Amino acid sequence: MNTLEAIEHGVFDLATDGVEALKAMTAIREFESRLPGYSKEGLIRGSTHPSVGMEAIAVGVSRSLRAADSIASNHRGHAHCLAKGADPGRTLAEILGRRDGYCGGKGGSMHIGVKELGILGTNGIVGAGIGLATGAALAAQQQESGAVAVAYFGDGASNQGVLAESFNLAAIWKLPVIFVCENNHFAQSATLEEMVAQPEIRRRGEAYGVPSFDVDGMDVEAVANAASEAAVRARSGEGPTFLVADTYRYLGHMADDTEIYRTREQVEAWKGRDPIAKLAARLLERAVLTQQDIDAIAQEAIAEVDAAEAFAKASPFPETAEAFTQVSEDNR
Amino acid sequence: MNKPAQQLTIWRALNAALHDEFTEDPSVIIMGEDITTWGTGGGIYGVTRKMAETFGKHRVRDTPISEEALISAGVGAAMAGTRTVVEIMYSDFSLLGADGLINQAAKSRYMFGGQFATPLVLRSNGGSGIGKAAQHSQSLETLFAHIPGLEVVVPSNANDAYGLLRTAIKSNNPTIFLEHKGMYYDKGPVTREPIPFGQARVAREGTDLTIVATQLMVSRSLEAAEELAGEGISVEIIDPRTLYPLDMDSIYASVRKTRHLLVAHEAVRDYGWGGEIMGNAVQECWNELDAAPRRLGAARTPIPYSEELEKAVIPTAKDIVSEVRTALGTKVVQPA
Repeated sequence: MNTLEAIEHGVFDLATDGVEALKAMTAIREFESRLPGYSKEGLIRGSTHPSVGMEAIAVGVSRSLRAADSIASNHRGHAHCLAKGADPGRTLAEILGRRDGYCGGKGGSMHIGVKELGILGTNGIVGAGIGLATGAALAAQQQESGAVAVAYFGDGASNQGVLAESFNLAAIWKLPVIFVCENNHFAQSATLEEMVAQPEIRRRGEAYGVPSFDVDGMDVEAVANAASEAAVRARSGEGPTFLVADTYRYLGHMADDTEIYRTREQVEAWKGRDPIAKLAARLLERAVLTQQDIDAIAQEAIAEVDAAEAFAKASPFPETAEAFTQVSEDNR
Repeated sequence: MNKPAQQLTIWRALNAALHDEFTEDPSVIIMGEDITTWGTGGGIYGVTRKMAETFGKHRVRDTPISEEALISAGVGAAMAGTRTVVEIMYSDFSLLGADGLINQAAKSRYMFGGQFATPLVLRSNGGSGIGKAAQHSQSLETLFAHIPGLEVVVPSNANDAYGLLRTAIKSNNPTIFLEHKGMYYDKGPVTREPIPFGQARVAREGTDLTIVATQLMVSRSLEAAEELAGEGISVEIIDPRTLYPLDMDSIYASVRKTRHLLVAHEAVRDYGWGGEIMGNAVQECWNELDAAPRRLGAARTPIPYSEELEKAVIPTAKDIVSEVRTALGTKVVQPA
C-alpha cells in the first residue's frame, strides 16, 4: 500500500491510476477481511469495524491527496489510513494493541493517528472528525500551505449537529475541506430511512451553501474524479465541497455483529456492485491488465497482509509504564 | 533594573497578553463570537479590543454562534500546527463544545502515542455576581480539572491574568483559561512577564491558618484576613493560580506552618476542587494538622437571578471569617 500520488484534475487514467487503485483496494480488502478472524482469536480487544465493500471511497479520495494534506476519520477508518499511506504492519499492530502500532498500543482501532501522514485520527465519537478536519483546513488556510483536509463520516454522523455547524463555518470562510459522507445505509443497525427524514443527504450541504454532489461509492473512478475536482476547488481557494458516496459494508457493524437487522439477499445484491470486481473487469475489457495480472495483484495483497500480520503479531505489548506517559507535554 | 509595573485592569492585561503573544508568534490565531466589534470593541468585555485592527481579520476571526464547530475546529487547527485561542462568550456555552474539549483535545496527545501537540487555549469567563443568572454564571473549573490532559487556569488579578495567558498560549497542552466576569475591571500592577503553570502565589503571609482561594475568593479572603488580623488572628492566603497542574507543595508547606486549612471557592462546594485539596492535605499533613480542614463553596443550587438571592448562595467575606473562627475553634486568641 504505497502512498498514492495526486492525479491531475478530473482525469482518472485507467492505465496508471486504475492499476494503482486496484492494488490499493485489493490490499485493503485483504487487510479488512481478516479482522473478524483476529477478533475471534482474541487478538483484538473492544470493537473493530471493518469496511469491506467500501474500499473505492478511501482509495478514490486519496488519489487526490498529498502527504501534507490531512484526513480526519471515524470509527471505521482503517481504509482511510491505509489509502493515505499508512503502513499496514504498523496499522495492524495498533489494532492489536502492540508496541509497534502507530500509537504504541494506546489508541487501538478507533484511535489511529499518524502525524507525518496528516492522519488526525480515526475517532470513537461519531461525527467528531468533521470538526477536526474543518480545523485542519483552517490551519492550512492560516499557513497558506495549499493543503486540503478531508472529513470522512457515515450517514449516521450526518445527523450530528457538528456537521451543520461545520458546513456553515467552512462555507463562510472558504476553507479547503472536502466533506465525504460514506452513505452505507446503516447507522449501526438503524437504517437510513428510519433515521433521516430527508434521505438525500447531499441536500444538507446545499442548504449551507456548500457545493454538494452524489457519487457512486462503488466506483473508484467516479469517486476519484469527484474528489479531484473537490481538491482543485479547495486548493484554489474556492472552499469546501460535500461528496455523498453511496456504498455498503459487506460485514457487520463490528466483529461479532449478529446482523439481525438486514437480509442476506440485500448483502448479496450489493456484492453485485463490487468496486474491486468492477474495476478489474474494466481493466480487462480495456486490455490494461490480463487475468494473470489481476491474480498476481491478489497474490501480492495476500503476501503484503501476511507480512503485516507477521509483523504485528511479533510486536510485543507495550511496557506497563507506558500507560502513564504522554498525558500532556510535561506528562503531568 | 526592572521597568516599573503598569497599572492595568484585568481586561486590559488580558488584551496586552494577547497583543504581545500575537506579535511574538505569527502562528497564533483567535476566534470567537463578536470578538472584533462588540462591547468596548472586542467582545463583551473588551479583551480582544483592537486585535483585528492590529493583526487583521485573518488572525482575529469573528465566528457564527456555533460553539461545537468552533471548539472542534480550534482543536483540529491546533493539531495541524496553528496555535489557536478560542474565546467562548460565557464558559457555560463551552459545554456545547464538550466533545472537542473532553473527548478530542484532552486525549489527542495520549491516544495517538504522543505524536500530536494540541496548543489550544479556550478562554472564557465564569463566576457570578452581576445578575447573569443560572446559564451565564457557573464556575465550571472543577469539571475541566477532572479531565486528564486538560490544564485549568483561574487568575485572580491583572498580573496573573497577563502572565498566565502568555504561558497558556505558549503551552503545547490544551488549556482552559477561566476569567471571572465580575473582576474584569479590577486594577493592579502588571509586570508583563509570563508566569509558569503549577506555581501558587502567596497572596498574604500568616501563621495561624491557611486559606486556599482562587479568583473572587482571593479578594474576599484578603478582606476576611484583614478583619481577623484585628482580632489577632494571622491568616495566610495561597492562590494556586492553576488548578491543574496544582501546586500542592506550596499548600503543604503553608499548612505545616499554620496547622490549619480552609479552602474557599466559588464553584459549588459539593464535589468541588476544595475537596481535592482537603483530601490531599489530610493525607499528607495529618500529623501536622491541629484541626480538621474545612471548605467553603457555593450552595448546591443553580445561580439565581435576583440580587439578594445571588448573594446568598456564594461565600462572602463574612462567611470566610466565620469559617476561620470555627476552624481555629478554642485556639482563637482573643485580643486583650
